[in-house]
Amino acid sequence: MENTSLALQYLLSGVTKGSIYAVVAIGFNLIYSATGVLNFAQGEFVMLGGMVAITLAHYAPLPVAVAGAVVIVALLGGLLEVAFFRKLRRHSVLHLIIITIGLSIVLQEAALHLWDEKVRSLPYFTGNEVSSVKILGAAISPQVLWVLGTVAVMVISLQVFLKYTLPGRAMRACSSNPDAAMLAGINIPNMRTLSFALSAALGALAGCVISPITMTHYEMGAPLAIKGFAAAILGGLGNPMGAVAGGLLVGVLEAFAVSKLPAAYNDVAAFAVLLLVLFVRPHGLFGRPGGESVREH
Amino acid sequence: MKTLPLILAGLCLGTLLPLSARAAAETNQPIKIGAIFAVTGPPAFLGAPEEKTARMLVDKINASGGVLGRKLELIVKDSGGSPEKAVSFAKQLIEEDKVLAIIGPSTSGETLQIKKLCEENQMILVSCAAADAIVNPLAKYVFKTPQKDSQAATWIYRTMKEQGISKIAILTGNDGFGASGKKQLEELAKTEGIDIVADEVYDKQATDLTDVLTKVKATPGVQAVVNWSIVPAQSIVAKNMKQLGMNIPLFQSHGFGNRKYAEQAGVAAEGILFPAGRLLVVEELPDSNPQKALLAAYKKDYEAAYKEDVSTFGGHAYDAILIVTEAIKKAGSTDRAQVRDAIENLHGLVGTAGIYNFSATDHTGLDLDAFEMLTVKNGKFTLYKK
Amino acid sequence: MKKAEDRRQNQECGTEPRFQTSDFRLQTFRTLLPFALFALALVALQLGLRAAGREYCLTQLTMSLYYAIVVIGLCLVMGYAGQVSLGHGAFFAIGGYTAAVLTTHDFTRYGTSGWAAGMKAAHVLTARDDLYGNPILTASPGAAFCAAMLVTLAIAGLIGYPALRLKGHYLAMATLGFGLIINKIVVGTALFGAADGINGVPEWRLAPGLTVSGRSALRVENYYLAGGLVLALLVLLRNLILSRVGRALQAIHDREAAAGAMGINTAAYKLRAFVLSALLAAMAGVFFTHYTGGIGPSEASAFKSVRYVALAASGGMASLWGVTGMSTLLNYLSLRGLFGSYDNAVFGALLILIVSIAPEGPLKPLGQWLRKPFARSAVERRLEHGAA
Repeated sequence: MENTSLALQYLLSGVTKGSIYAVVAIGFNLIYSATGVLNFAQGEFVMLGGMVAITLAHYAPLPVAVAGAVVIVALLGGLLEVAFFRKLRRHSVLHLIIITIGLSIVLQEAALHLWDEKVRSLPYFTGNEVSSVKILGAAISPQVLWVLGTVAVMVISLQVFLKYTLPGRAMRACSSNPDAAMLAGINIPNMRTLSFALSAALGALAGCVISPITMTHYEMGAPLAIKGFAAAILGGLGNPMGAVAGGLLVGVLEAFAVSKLPAAYNDVAAFAVLLLVLFVRPHGLFGRPGGESVREH
Repeated sequence: MKTLPLILAGLCLGTLLPLSARAAAETNQPIKIGAIFAVTGPPAFLGAPEEKTARMLVDKINASGGVLGRKLELIVKDSGGSPEKAVSFAKQLIEEDKVLAIIGPSTSGETLQIKKLCEENQMILVSCAAADAIVNPLAKYVFKTPQKDSQAATWIYRTMKEQGISKIAILTGNDGFGASGKKQLEELAKTEGIDIVADEVYDKQATDLTDVLTKVKATPGVQAVVNWSIVPAQSIVAKNMKQLGMNIPLFQSHGFGNRKYAEQAGVAAEGILFPAGRLLVVEELPDSNPQKALLAAYKKDYEAAYKEDVSTFGGHAYDAILIVTEAIKKAGSTDRAQVRDAIENLHGLVGTAGIYNFSATDHTGLDLDAFEMLTVKNGKFTLYKK
Repeated sequence: MKKAEDRRQNQECGTEPRFQTSDFRLQTFRTLLPFALFALALVALQLGLRAAGREYCLTQLTMSLYYAIVVIGLCLVMGYAGQVSLGHGAFFAIGGYTAAVLTTHDFTRYGTSGWAAGMKAAHVLTARDDLYGNPILTASPGAAFCAAMLVTLAIAGLIGYPALRLKGHYLAMATLGFGLIINKIVVGTALFGAADGINGVPEWRLAPGLTVSGRSALRVENYYLAGGLVLALLVLLRNLILSRVGRALQAIHDREAAAGAMGINTAAYKLRAFVLSALLAAMAGVFFTHYTGGIGPSEASAFKSVRYVALAASGGMASLWGVTGMSTLLNYLSLRGLFGSYDNAVFGALLILIVSIAPEGPLKPLGQWLRKPFARSAVERRLEHGAA
């Protein structure tokens, strides 16, 4: 393979992984922006989206199965918020993070016992396991284009939602100044529930669209959550575009690390870069400095 | 003074009676067999079918009268693949439950952590894990049932030689199974005349492997790829190779031993070559094949009981229980030392993985014949014909 | 940390009540009571198990006590300095792996050189037989322990210095990332046994009659060794918490900006707490590795690190007794396989329950007086006393 198409292939391969991380990171970012909580269970929403859709796909055509999965998982997300977080506003953020960790463990185990340990996947949305799209001598699976498309749709819809719709603006108000929002008559608990449900929906959709690439199994949530978390942090919390950029960056870093180092250390390289960025620029690449410490206690 | 003899007599009776009662009861006591499987956790694709198979076989044996007239009692511990749990459960099975033998664990890492423990306590360990290090160096009480990784590697290399392949790339997962495969592949390459030009280890949780495969594609002269890992990476590698337009042959390890994996790779699975036990192609075996009856029965019973495809991994537990029960019958007792000796004297025992011939120097019992080379045609496993 | 000066300061801010000389014995008694009770409980447990014929349970208890050491150290970082660390499993692993590698690697190649002979004489290197009877030359466990501590000190300092300037979620990510880096390095390197880890780690003879070993014959002494270590640590940490260092950490936890404004060198204190907790985790790792005879990469996994944090939280992050109790209990039940295949589910559920209902830990409802010697907040105390 000649050099430019080789480099391009690595890039595309990085974009493949990066799009997966990005689509998970967006959900992380949303809940963080709205509630200040980092939801470690986000990876499980992704997993559940895929699992539910695969089960539904036995009985309904693919688009219906995906839509159904998104709705079911969104309801679950909202329910979890009502059950566990409504009463707990007085808890410190650290405690809330720990509760989400507990939730992620319980959700993963529930998936294991509800389904089983086997690996499954949704069919490719277009094409099949061997189809690929050629770009200037490099190849990429059409499903990756679906993932990228989904990322774009998510980001655009989120921006529209947050800027131009009433509930979206209410959510932004809650995150930037909860007291003033309350005074303005915004029902803060409902906003939190909405943000959880929305984030779960985004996660579920992500889980469906990445399923043909990554395969879906009950344990996929935790590693995705870690990478998604890393991507959101790298890009800077509070910024959906940052989440996407962070995800793509992590993916591309890993791919180019593989080209130079033994593949066993590609994660090491990505995380080392992440740590470096954090040490030098603590609020991430596109995050706003200082916006973080206010939320600390 | 008359009371003293009475007391002494009482004491004698008091100690002898319970002892004799226990001796009498023992002949009706069930034979306890311990099992450590990773029923949940990352190696669950091994441990779950192993546990199901073990229970199924024990129930079957008990239904037909048990062993030496006594029922078998299977005590299963779910280690989740965690070595420290394996250590803790092994100690429990040895000291508390005082089992006759331990079946499992499912992974090599766990087995190696308890190997010394079992040997020191003279506990028979029949592992369902494949690493060579389990039986080499040899420990008197430690056996294993899966075929050797070195045998799988040999089959792969010999098939390659027949196809005229000499330069290859090897990809292995970063778990114990992958590490063992990598070691065997590297060691055997020279003697089999194979040149490894690319050698990469990847994260078994990887969601996409096009970057690693790009590196392989960019390496000049690669004629075939060997992938030694478990799900889901096996399917991901197959798909990614085709997506990148790599049309060279893909060899997988015996970890590909479940029809579902071929299904998951879909069209990309066509033409994959891998060594495996005959369980997966039992319908194609001639009736004269000594394993056919056992394999057909196992497949039928398992799929009826659990409504899922049979896999070679469950077979490892089947063989382990078979070995222990046959050894008990052969020794005619449940004395651990005698049963251990009996295992070493088992010859021609038909199991799911092959025909076992143990000896004082061979605690695996299987040779190259235990494997067949299989391939995927039209989404089904079939024998590879040269 | 001069004792008299500390006691006077504690009295002044209300952490310790002032007393007359005649109350001295009462005060000492109250201070020592929880530790004495703990020691008594340890002994009672062992004797009770022996009487019930279930002394083998000591194995799982010993393992749990070693894990508890990690959680206690984490308690210092999380509960007192208020820093979340999702990578502490990595320090356990660094300690354990360093000890494992040094005590199983064969240095016979260097055996003939002069300084090797010197090291043998100094008991840094020992000649022994390995598992299969072959003679090898390895580091002695004592020397390996020192090496493990030094390595941990270096790494914790290197990572802690920049990481602790981060706040909240960013610190969590940095520690998580660090833990993952260690995990991947250990899994990807043949020297560390790659995915299978290292086994065949020898016993560690600390003193005649005190050997860290997994042999069932030495079960009881190993149990007391682990229990004794935990007890000693609790005493040390309690002193630390009640000293100026502890008060500074508490101040940093409550309001870091205010603490800084009062002249406390927040960065230095946070780093010290972090490094100390890392050393504790590494120490636990070394002992554990010699006890079980091996170590695997799962000890450095994110899963384990998160579990340690969860245990600290479920015990009440600032309550040393709660943390010790909960972590020992939960790990013990898990290692006994009580929850079978539902182990993780039960763990997650318990975590959610405890942190939701009793975020200060289960002991708070159980009795305030248990925690008096571990005064949590100087300001709180003063308010109590002022109000009374």
